[in-house]
Amino acid sequence: MAELQFREAIRAALNEEMRRDDTVFIMGEEVSEYNGAYKVTQGMLDEFGGRRVIDTPISELGFGGIGVGAAMNGLRPVVEYMTFNFAVVGMDQIINNAAKIRYMSGGQVSMPIVFRGPNASAGQLSATHSVAYESLYAHFPGLKVIYPSQPADAKGLLKSAIRDDNPVIFLESEQMYGMKQEVPEDEYTIPIGKAKVKREGSDVTIVAHGKMYHVATKAADQLAKDGVEAEIIDPRTIKPYDIETVIESIKKTNRCVIVDESHPFGGIAAEVGFQIQRDAFDYLDAPVRRVTLPDVPAPFAKSLFDKWFPSPKQVIDAANAVMYRN
Amino acid sequence: MAKTKEAEGFTPTGVVYQSTELPEPTSKSHKDLNLSKDDLLGLYRVMYRQRRFEERAMQMYQKGKFGGFLHLYMGQEAVSTGAVTVLNDDDDIITAYRDHGFGLVRGVSSKVGMAELYGKATGCSRGKGGSMHFFNTDEHYWGGHAIVGAHIPLGAGIAFANAYREEKRVTMCFLGDGAVDQGSFHETLNLAKLWNLPVIFVVENNGYAMGTATKRHTSTEIFKRARAYDMKNKVVNGMDLFSVIEDFREVVDEVREDPQPYLLEVRTYRYRGHSMSDPANYRTDDEMKEFQDIDPIERLKTYISRHKIANKDKIQEITDDIEQEILDAIDYAENSDFPPEEDLYKDVYVEDDFPFLT
Repeated sequence: MAELQFREAIRAALNEEMRRDDTVFIMGEEVSEYNGAYKVTQGMLDEFGGRRVIDTPISELGFGGIGVGAAMNGLRPVVEYMTFNFAVVGMDQIINNAAKIRYMSGGQVSMPIVFRGPNASAGQLSATHSVAYESLYAHFPGLKVIYPSQPADAKGLLKSAIRDDNPVIFLESEQMYGMKQEVPEDEYTIPIGKAKVKREGSDVTIVAHGKMYHVATKAADQLAKDGVEAEIIDPRTIKPYDIETVIESIKKTNRCVIVDESHPFGGIAAEVGFQIQRDAFDYLDAPVRRVTLPDVPAPFAKSLFDKWFPSPKQVIDAANAVMYRN
Repeated sequence: MAKTKEAEGFTPTGVVYQSTELPEPTSKSHKDLNLSKDDLLGLYRVMYRQRRFEERAMQMYQKGKFGGFLHLYMGQEAVSTGAVTVLNDDDDIITAYRDHGFGLVRGVSSKVGMAELYGKATGCSRGKGGSMHFFNTDEHYWGGHAIVGAHIPLGAGIAFANAYREEKRVTMCFLGDGAVDQGSFHETLNLAKLWNLPVIFVVENNGYAMGTATKRHTSTEIFKRARAYDMKNKVVNGMDLFSVIEDFREVVDEVREDPQPYLLEVRTYRYRGHSMSDPANYRTDDEMKEFQDIDPIERLKTYISRHKIANKDKIQEITDDIEQEILDAIDYAENSDFPPEEDLYKDVYVEDDFPFLT
């Protein structure tokens, strides 16, 4: 085991897959000569050369679409967006072309492409640079969506994503790139669509993905001090969503809080909450609660931003509410 | 009412724009273009198949045999036909939603094409795509795409993959004149030139972006857009098959030898409206007649007769053959089954066991 930063784990997955398969290449803004806007691709130009580590202009629609065309014609592109906030100008290429061409062609086309990059808020960057896109991409049939919270998951899931013959949205976070974790040195992959119970507990189930996993762990640590044992489930993959693991946990705890960095309307928490009430209604001792962003864009001012961003305290309050503790 | 420029109230402004100005057609003979007599008869067959397929498809649509949109290519057949005449079989083609002709020249049979229009499981996209999404990837025909301009980067991406593998395949990416105003066009031209991708962007300028004349929707002549990207370009007479073949061949050969993108503005004309619901009130009968007088299929037929390549009986035989082929195609489409219910969930993902939400 070696301790790797999140960015190093992603880089390791990219390096391993590019060594294994010449059809894998990476392109995006500043991935090559600049060594990556967030240093994810550091050193890759040296190893693989400009043919496979390709700098693009600021032209998300253009290079996103070129990636889709290259995938149709037999390559395995990894398209890096400097953030998914910038992918929006080229989103048609993802939701109409990457996601639907296989279906519209009656199965003639494979689409082995990964779109990856940081997602959601990274501090005080104001409204356009702070959007969590997982619920939006997960809405579209044809796409798979992954949002890992820790380096070891990120490495194994990214390797699976690159090998997958479907288009995969792989979401990261600027604020997680520096996080460290022991990562196995031997070759491994993690199957897409499998949640993981990351903390066992019997009192309340907390479901949290991506950056929110770390908010949930802080809350769980505090709850433990207060005598409440939370079970934390990290779905790791948003689509397909491993609802079975969540339901199994609720059968034990009978209570659930969902932590989601989306806005509330139509967010991941809304969908997962629906599925829980349908499939585990008889096991619930309290209505499911969720902690999400408020239904407003990201503010800049520190005072407002701190109010806007989901906090461990909100998770603790929600856990206490479903346990009727006050 | 006959539509003439003078007719009062013909357009809200009273102004009628001319669609396009054609460059002079080539004066070369079939021999100059290395086309044999048999080649010419084959080309006539291929062009007439596209025309008759769509005439019959239009009738079937009007009879209510199938739904959806139906964008007809009639008038533009020299473009698709010229392209496959000069391309190798493993060169790649991608186009927009006016795609029946390209399917028919790239291995989609009349039967399988008609079945797709009907939404039958035997169609070229198994009934999942319909008129706007003809595909035959086995023969390097990458569709049929329905969002204006969205497929332009795909064409460059297909070329990117060929260049990445150091294959000498050339990609022809066809688009309508309306697509040149999309950002995707400009982003793709920039990237294609930056990376010297072996892709030829062929704008089929048929005079109208739906109902908006070219001069009303684009600020310069289309071929001039290439200059901003230092891209080679050319205007082609798309109403004359020999001109298309001559110009396409020269450009395809150049791109194959010296990989680089190219912009061709092919001036042509569509005889029908944008789609079946469009009565084409934005153009005059005179203009229509002007182009129908130089119809590419009639022109080839006249050439064949005048140069005594085949007699009238031989031409009639081909015409009759195609007529029967299309009637058989309609029978085939009508007698084919619709996709079974389980196909609803098929081919969304590669795997068959994806856990769809219910």
